[in-house]
Amino acid sequence: MKRYLGILVALVMTVSMLAGCGSSSESDSTSAKSETGESGAAVSASDIKIGVIYIGDENEGYSESHMTGIDTMAENLGISEDQIIEKTNIPEDESCYDAAVDLADQGCDIVFATSFGHEDYLIQAAEEFPDVQFCHATGYQAASSGLDNFHNYFDNIYEARYVSGVVAGMKLQSMIEEGTITAEQAKVGYVGAYPYAEVISGFTSFYLGVKSIVSEATMEVRYTNSWADSSLEAETATALISDGCVLISQHADTTGAPTACQSAGVPCVGYNVDMTSVAPDCALTSPTNNWGVYYTETVQAVLDGQAIDVDWAKGFADDAVRLTDLGSACAEGTQDAVDKAIAAISDGSLHVFDTTTFTVDGKSLEDQIAAGGDYEKYADYVSDGYYHESELASAPSFDIIIDGITAVE
Amino acid sequence: MNKKEPFVRMTKRAHISRSKTVAIYLISAVLSLIVCALVIVALTHQNPIEVYAGIIDGAIGTDRRLWITIRETMVLLLIAVGLTPAFQMRFWNIGAEGQVLMGGMATAALMIYCGDTLPAWLLLIAMFAASILAGMIWGLIPAYFKSKYNTNETLFTLMMNYVAMQIVTFAIVYWENPAGSNTVGIINRATKAGWFPEIGGNAYTLNVIIVLAMTVGMFIYQRYSKQGYEIAVVGESQNTARYAGINVKRVIIRTMAISGAICGLAGALIVGGASHTISTSTADGRGFTAIIVAWMAKFNPFVMIIISAFLVFMQQGAVQIATQFGLNENASDIITGIILFFLIGSTFFINYKLEFRKKSKEVA
Repeated sequence: MKRYLGILVALVMTVSMLAGCGSSSESDSTSAKSETGESGAAVSASDIKIGVIYIGDENEGYSESHMTGIDTMAENLGISEDQIIEKTNIPEDESCYDAAVDLADQGCDIVFATSFGHEDYLIQAAEEFPDVQFCHATGYQAASSGLDNFHNYFDNIYEARYVSGVVAGMKLQSMIEEGTITAEQAKVGYVGAYPYAEVISGFTSFYLGVKSIVSEATMEVRYTNSWADSSLEAETATALISDGCVLISQHADTTGAPTACQSAGVPCVGYNVDMTSVAPDCALTSPTNNWGVYYTETVQAVLDGQAIDVDWAKGFADDAVRLTDLGSACAEGTQDAVDKAIAAISDGSLHVFDTTTFTVDGKSLEDQIAAGGDYEKYADYVSDGYYHESELASAPSFDIIIDGITAVE
Repeated sequence: MNKKEPFVRMTKRAHISRSKTVAIYLISAVLSLIVCALVIVALTHQNPIEVYAGIIDGAIGTDRRLWITIRETMVLLLIAVGLTPAFQMRFWNIGAEGQVLMGGMATAALMIYCGDTLPAWLLLIAMFAASILAGMIWGLIPAYFKSKYNTNETLFTLMMNYVAMQIVTFAIVYWENPAGSNTVGIINRATKAGWFPEIGGNAYTLNVIIVLAMTVGMFIYQRYSKQGYEIAVVGESQNTARYAGINVKRVIIRTMAISGAICGLAGALIVGGASHTISTSTADGRGFTAIIVAWMAKFNPFVMIIISAFLVFMQQGAVQIATQFGLNENASDIITGIILFFLIGSTFFINYKLEFRKKSKEVA
């Protein structure tokens, strides 16, 4: 046995030596390339290399929407497929660091990572490769990291959620008019992933959209504590329905909730993808992210040798967020209401987090801030009569439970 | 009328030469690669040679990839080494997953609470001690109930995994960063307190040293110590052991303490030496994969090096072929499955030999 072990060890060593040679020459060329990038010269579209790290793969809505964005970018800028290295199913642990530095080793000029928990590992890689640009979706540490090659991006999905709330509100309105429910029974259920800012900001904007049509509406939120767990989301939706919710929305990545709604006959608003395939009679619409806008803009900046935004967040005005086509279950006149809301948001006449439209513990947000205490930290965000979501940093920050919403933890 | 002799008969081999054993393994490895190639062509229409090259490139294609493969191999190997004494005693320790998690959690706790106060060397020693202790306790609980009340250790250790997972979930509530995100993030990213130090310019040298020392130690313990012998006897037959005057209960408890302790140490290796974070997926199923490693190696720690290296090699290669060919990671699971099937199947030909009906006999 010892003899064979010896041969094996020898083999491994030879291979690793060869591998060592290969990698060193590769990294030499990388550093040479990035040096030219540093001196301000632009990278040409045929030379640029792009790395992307996904939490899932094309079978999961969130990652799929990012993949579509990357494809759009490649098409817009004429970048060929073999210049883009995509790593799928990378969990939120050291594998993300491994993946990021491996992409940098392969000579990527810019690396994107898409999941919240990837951020720390991406920063670790950014510290090691100062000449490579690292961009992280949904994160919040770019401004405070002190690294000029680390950036955050997100889109104003709260705008799309607000408009999807308008769609839901129109549906509730028609149910009240038909006499199916009374205005007091207009309770919406929301399947949320985790109890933190990104989700809270999302369901608050959705609820404000509903309230803009049906002012009596209330909402109940339940968390799954998972981004993607189909059966748990279905279960949570069912629990909400049996608790008296007449319409369901979600901030979770699977089709679990719409499937449950279809069998219960309850209208629903999805997320990321068109849900009419699983809930043809119940799906109203889904707010979606159009990541192609960001990817095109950012890669273009690298090509031009220009700086990348530290925090990037855009919405309807730049086509960065969208709504899927309205389902057949939508109430009459919904399309008009949607168009009107989108136009108002785009031209700045409508602010989603308008502080006159909601109260916190019976008082306006401004009064709460003035009263001090827990709400004082929001002082920087509120001015001109609205909460400036995603303006100071790209990641959502609104994490206040407003009146009318009950969150079950 | 002659009674018809069956076309093929199996007989148990009394003895097989080493060269023949190796030959059988080699033939089965080659056959498995051929079958894999056929499957790859049939399912994906890719050139199998290129896919194999992609796997090799992904696992050891650059210095960094090679070291990641080594790092992951060491973790899997250490858990397998930890399981070895328990399984040799025929104590079905399905609880390595939980023992690793508890060890990892103890390590993370020290890094979080003592990262700023203890000097680096003391913190490292405390981390090792705490992880060993945590894993040991997690191993001792089922062992105590087994020896005292003869509970079923398979179920007991399995259930202890879920308890460990819930405890980690609970701890994350206090450690999560930022609040509500349910992730701990990298612990001590700025100070690197509690991170394994670089030795000779490499971050994973310490991992390799620890694991290889444990591997050699386990080999010596098995073969040359009295306790190792007692484990073997208890595993063969508890009655024999009792007849020989071995205190079976004591051996069970002692062995599980060792087994749990080594698995706990693996937790320290993962948290302090690789991920620098803690989550319910810190063990990531490796507590179960290690069972395959230990059994396939027939409890020989040195053979475990080869088997764990192979499994990790395939896993790391998987990421590459997923990127390069757009194949799902499952493709590499299929390949690994086929290869394991052939390797495990080949033990049949090592234990038995097939005798075919002789033609001349039939004529006569």
